[in-house]
Amino acid sequence: MREVAAIGVGITKWGELWKKSFRDIYVETALLALEDAGVDRIDSMYVGSMSSGLFVGQEHIAALLADYLGQTPVPSTRVETACASGGLALKLGYMEVASGMSDVVLVSGIEKMTDVSGNEATYALGTAADQEYEGYHGITFPGLYALIAVAHMEKYGTTREQMAMVSVKNHKNGTKNPVAQFPFEITVDQVLNSVMVADPLRILDCSPITDGAAAIILYPAELAKKMGKPVVKIIGTGHATDTIELSQRTDITWLNATYLAAKSAYAMADKKPEDIDLVEVHDCFTIAEICVTEALGFIEKGKGGEAVEQELTAIDGKIPVNPSGGLKSKGHPVGASGVAQAVEVVKQLRSDCCDRQVSDARIGMTQNMGGSGASAVVHIFERE
Amino acid sequence: MEGIVGYGAYIPRNRIKVEEIAKVWGADAPSYKKGLMLEEKSVPSLDQDTITMSVEASKNALKRALIDPKDIGAVYIGSESHPYAVKPSGTVLAEAIGATPDVHTADLEFACKAGTEGMFIALNLVASGVIKYGLGVGADTSQGAPGDALEYSAAAGAAAFIFGKENLVAKAHETYSYMTDTPDFWRREYQYYPQHGGRFTGDPAYFKHIKGAARGIMDKAGMKPEDFQYVIFHQPNGKFPFRVGKMLGFKKEQIEPGWLVNKLGNTYSGSSPLGLTSTLDISQPGDMILLVSYGSGAGSDGFVFEVTERINEVRESAPKTRDLLSHNINYLEYGEYAKFRHKIRKAD
Amino acid sequence: MSTPARYWREIPQRYRLEANKCSSCGKIFFPPRLLCNVCQSKDLEKTKLAETGKVLTYTIIRVPPHQFVDQAPYAVGIVELDDGVKIMGQVVDCDFEDIKIGMKVKVEFRKLFDVGESGILCYGYKFVPQLR
Repeated sequence: MREVAAIGVGITKWGELWKKSFRDIYVETALLALEDAGVDRIDSMYVGSMSSGLFVGQEHIAALLADYLGQTPVPSTRVETACASGGLALKLGYMEVASGMSDVVLVSGIEKMTDVSGNEATYALGTAADQEYEGYHGITFPGLYALIAVAHMEKYGTTREQMAMVSVKNHKNGTKNPVAQFPFEITVDQVLNSVMVADPLRILDCSPITDGAAAIILYPAELAKKMGKPVVKIIGTGHATDTIELSQRTDITWLNATYLAAKSAYAMADKKPEDIDLVEVHDCFTIAEICVTEALGFIEKGKGGEAVEQELTAIDGKIPVNPSGGLKSKGHPVGASGVAQAVEVVKQLRSDCCDRQVSDARIGMTQNMGGSGASAVVHIFERE
Repeated sequence: MEGIVGYGAYIPRNRIKVEEIAKVWGADAPSYKKGLMLEEKSVPSLDQDTITMSVEASKNALKRALIDPKDIGAVYIGSESHPYAVKPSGTVLAEAIGATPDVHTADLEFACKAGTEGMFIALNLVASGVIKYGLGVGADTSQGAPGDALEYSAAAGAAAFIFGKENLVAKAHETYSYMTDTPDFWRREYQYYPQHGGRFTGDPAYFKHIKGAARGIMDKAGMKPEDFQYVIFHQPNGKFPFRVGKMLGFKKEQIEPGWLVNKLGNTYSGSSPLGLTSTLDISQPGDMILLVSYGSGAGSDGFVFEVTERINEVRESAPKTRDLLSHNINYLEYGEYAKFRHKIRKAD
Repeated sequence: MSTPARYWREIPQRYRLEANKCSSCGKIFFPPRLLCNVCQSKDLEKTKLAETGKVLTYTIIRVPPHQFVDQAPYAVGIVELDDGVKIMGQVVDCDFEDIKIGMKVKVEFRKLFDVGESGILCYGYKFVPQLR
């Protein structure tokens, strides 16, 4: 297999983009990545999108977006694993370059979520759960993570305040991110007094509804070195699944797919948790970040809450988690988040992150998951 | 001989007090309480209807019957509040208890008499030998128009009876029905609330038919009021059953064990059947019980039961009716009640 | 709108808690599966779940999907039934503050939601507190 580098990244301002259509958001973002990479043609493209059908009434987006990007007739593939769609698109793009099948691959993720009402968006997101045996009973995504939170609090003594601190930290990081949807600071008190969504999770524990896209250009590392640009390689990729129904897991506080995906990625990259300088994780809800930091091996099982409180996951902590602001502050256009995490890590490793730069960052990780954790994709990146 | 093999009841936990309704309409609560002997009534939650209550009452009946549901040859739900206008309630019940597909099912409607109608048919199909066991259920989530006198009584509940020929809890000695065409209460197709004839619902309707059926069945059985330990009459309000009992020569003590209406309201098709489950709960082997229903339109079904030794074995196998009536109660304010009963117009 | 087929197909599970059990390793599957996910055996026999159990975890849904808007707020929990099978369901007929991990519950037949004013009614199980 060939070594693969990320030679260009693109991301535009995220938020409620009322004036911009699904296709416009995509094209603007993809063009930034093409420009950053210094290429004007691609061999193949992958698009991660969870539910364009329910959010904008449009399927068959792979061809649509290839067309609007002026890249027909290149092969274009849509990838879907709920909120891990973007992460998985990255894995498939990686495989295509590593295998030698293509040289220039555009990997992107996109979701336009504000064209439907809040209840419809709740429903669309809910389709990532088992529709017949979870959705049928009225559970929602905040609800599923609330079930995890209640169990984590009971089992490990994780506190309501510790969860709030995840949100406070990510919002603080997000203030330095020009593309973030909510680039402002919040306090623990504000989180604890915000509207209840699914007890004990409040609105400020939840990632928002967001329109946005992110894009990245992959290229063989050997060829990238000749371009005279900073080379950030993907050195590990891992992908695993778990039962889609939360109730069927042996321990609902443990994100086993994330653990197994990380295990594969660490093995492939020949790295350990201590080697990682920063990580972008899937903080769709505050409790998710706590559980993910445990499953990735950064924090001891059950201590994810304490770790936040001790600021181990702050931008200058033992393991900086979500320097971008995470899904919470940056926004969570579901299909785009996995790619946006990679965009952030590539920028961090290139030292392109100005005020939110993690110092001496050489090795970074992304963790993207779908549903209540049934799909997980982990990547490890290293700067040459 | 045929009779009851198992019986079960179901009552939703929500209640609304007469005062709470009267407050909204500027009505005089004490006069309702005294005049109609009503204190509060049961209200279904948004997730409860005639079908769900029928399933729970039937599952309770199965706990006492201890039979294989596959042996049930007929399932009848009597109700004036079947959730579908077209599509049976009984098929859901038959599936839920595991009686399908070798079963006859029908939904019945005859105002407040539909429950005993189902019991009458199931019992007599068993008697005829056509089926081994038959299930008859009376259930309703009745609606009184807001502000109407019926709003103080229209309630929700279900009672289920499994009939057979062996292991009887109560033998059925006699049945008798008394019918005329008397339009005292009705609801036309597509109408949300029923209409009634006011005081016309009394003498020519309720009293005439109950007396007719009670006298008819006692003649047929060669029995007198004093031969019965207990009697259950349909309970549209608290007063009527005592008044008709007095007219027929029954004492208050014979009526009281099955008299639930003051705390339950009028559960329509479930009303006299729930009176029977409540009476069976306290009855002893050898007790004779007279049940006379009433349905507007109008008619009454009468049944004479004799309780057997088996009552002592099954009494505790499922919740008792008065326990259901007093357990885990949730009092509603009128606003919640209006929401639960779909009385609030919402945006599409 | 989907046809009623999707609802109808699940009736044995939703109305009667029908499951199946791997004849070779004994694992119970709800809903029934064609293949055991532990030992890959295709030999599974019909069984029925227990109707009582205890709450393992729970939440109160305050922002519901559109079919559940009228019912909100409502509690949803994961319940471990007495046969060890874990299933999700609403916990009703109790005050939210009375719901606790370990609370004993039993199955009750309820209406889950309806498909609009004129669509089908969707029934199934919910959990209620066990009578003391």
